[in-house]
Amino acid sequence: MKLLNHPRIEQIRGFIFGNGVRDGILLKLMLYVLLITIGFVYLQPLLFMFVNSIKSPDDLLNPMVQWVPTGFYTGNYERAYKVLDYPNTLLTSIMMSVVPSLLQTAVASIIGYGLARYRFRGKTLIFALILSTFLLPQQNTIIPQMLNYRDLGLLGNPLALILPALFGQGYRSAIFILIFYQSFASLPKALEEAARLDGASDIRIFLSIAVPTAIPAFIVSFIFSVVWYWNETFATVIFLGGGTTTLPMQLSRFTQAYENLYPAGVVNIFDRLNEAVKMSGTFLNILPLLVMYFVLQRWFVESVEMTGITGE
Amino acid sequence: MIDIKRKSPRREISLRMREALHGYAFILIWVVGFLIFTFYPLVQTFHYSFNTVSVTPTQIEYDYVQWANYTRAIFTDPNFIELLIGYTVETLISVPIVLIFAMIIAIFLNFDFKFKGIFRVIFFLPIVITSGPVIQELTAQGAATVSGIADIPAVIDFMEQLPRALRNPVEYLLTSFILILWFSGVQILIYLSSLQKVDASVYEAAAIDGASGWSTFWKITLPSLSTATVVNAVYTIVTLSHFSENKVIKYIYDQTYNIQGGIGYASAMSFIYLAVMVTILAIVYLILRQWANRGTGS
Repeated sequence: MKLLNHPRIEQIRGFIFGNGVRDGILLKLMLYVLLITIGFVYLQPLLFMFVNSIKSPDDLLNPMVQWVPTGFYTGNYERAYKVLDYPNTLLTSIMMSVVPSLLQTAVASIIGYGLARYRFRGKTLIFALILSTFLLPQQNTIIPQMLNYRDLGLLGNPLALILPALFGQGYRSAIFILIFYQSFASLPKALEEAARLDGASDIRIFLSIAVPTAIPAFIVSFIFSVVWYWNETFATVIFLGGGTTTLPMQLSRFTQAYENLYPAGVVNIFDRLNEAVKMSGTFLNILPLLVMYFVLQRWFVESVEMTGITGE
Repeated sequence: MIDIKRKSPRREISLRMREALHGYAFILIWVVGFLIFTFYPLVQTFHYSFNTVSVTPTQIEYDYVQWANYTRAIFTDPNFIELLIGYTVETLISVPIVLIFAMIIAIFLNFDFKFKGIFRVIFFLPIVITSGPVIQELTAQGAATVSGIADIPAVIDFMEQLPRALRNPVEYLLTSFILILWFSGVQILIYLSSLQKVDASVYEAAAIDGASGWSTFWKITLPSLSTATVVNAVYTIVTLSHFSENKVIKYIYDQTYNIQGGIGYASAMSFIYLAVMVTILAIVYLILRQWANRGTGS
């Protein structure tokens, strides 16, 4: 009993199990082991994708080769690059995600500002409707939208995606409106009142006082918007199909496109479509997003802290 | 201090009017957009659902069929109801997994330790890459399974022992476990922000009073996450239900171009799907709300 209370023992026990001041090494070790394990499981599909994409046809047939290919084979990427029509579809994808995102962010900021800074009747109703647009599945509106676009001759035209974004009805716009609402609601009223006394107009106040305080919200909204527009395929396929082809759209008909480029009867057996080529195509598809993520990761990781999204 | 004159009631009203009008000006664009791009198409879809719709290159013809599209989806179609049940079960399985996983990861990431940045980058990665075609390719190649668990003989034996009603959900769990986890990115972000709002002094006070880590979690951490849990549950259900690889959505989409079904039938199914989705949302919301109230009440 006396031994257990010896300061030295106490110190060691504190080191292993932690004491009031700092966490013990055991806890830290457990934390690392858990995080590394979960992290690995989490990344497994990506690793799988990458490993398979660099397997040569020989490696694919060889049952011994699972996680470590015998060499770095780039043939899959060369073919996937051609099948995806990479430079063109990549450019289209960038255009079709950046342009609607810019508009969506700008419009969401205006709407969010209106909701956060003005008192008017029917605000609760507007909020309820905005939330309901978030819940509403796209297939409940998409067929008439498509037919209306067809009547206007806009099917396959980039405007089919741009117009809804311009009117605050872009993909998941409700979330962005709420982000801006949160961001503007915390602005002190005194700033605006001072400007108003100086005779500034509402638009002026919005642009020169409110907007600069919400820069993080703009950046975060824009980034998330780009990502979600990029990955959205349901409406994109229907609205742009036949006219404009984005990278994910081309990926979703990869098999067909491959057959067109390399007809099964003509090419030798090693050049037939296999999973390695498909994985290369998938990897090329997410590569731009990965690059963007690693460059801008600070904004993703700290987005919540910066914009104060809490959902309350 | 300047003595501010009391404003006359009329001036007060006109100021309020002015403010309201300016407010409406800011949100006008949304109202117009909502009417054109959401409300009107929604009404049209509702109209379609009571008709057999045939689209010709020049016009759209309607043949009023009353509730026939709905009764067909619910009573005649052999696939739709089964897909709906599958969707409901899968959603109800996925939501708690996503919530618990996101909560654990958020709590971990809230600790102070070295290389925290790297782990954060890993856990938010799926936000960026989760898209329909990518997921489809990954599932098709079996990349979403935890390294071949589903192929272990013991597991296969175990699966065969299970009654049919249980087998599908368990199989879904085994084959798409990682994908379910991949839907937790935004949820981790939301939990993390809630955790960071809890005042550190609350934890210090608890530690001084001799509270163990275990009871600190149940008495402080969990109640502080109740609002975030409700938000996350709603977000998870909506994301899963809207996902373009969702089997019900795919089926409805296929039926749109089917000669037999067509637009009218697909429209009716999308409204049934919406009703099911809202019901799931409402149930989960009510359950969590009650739990959250109890958590903060005690």
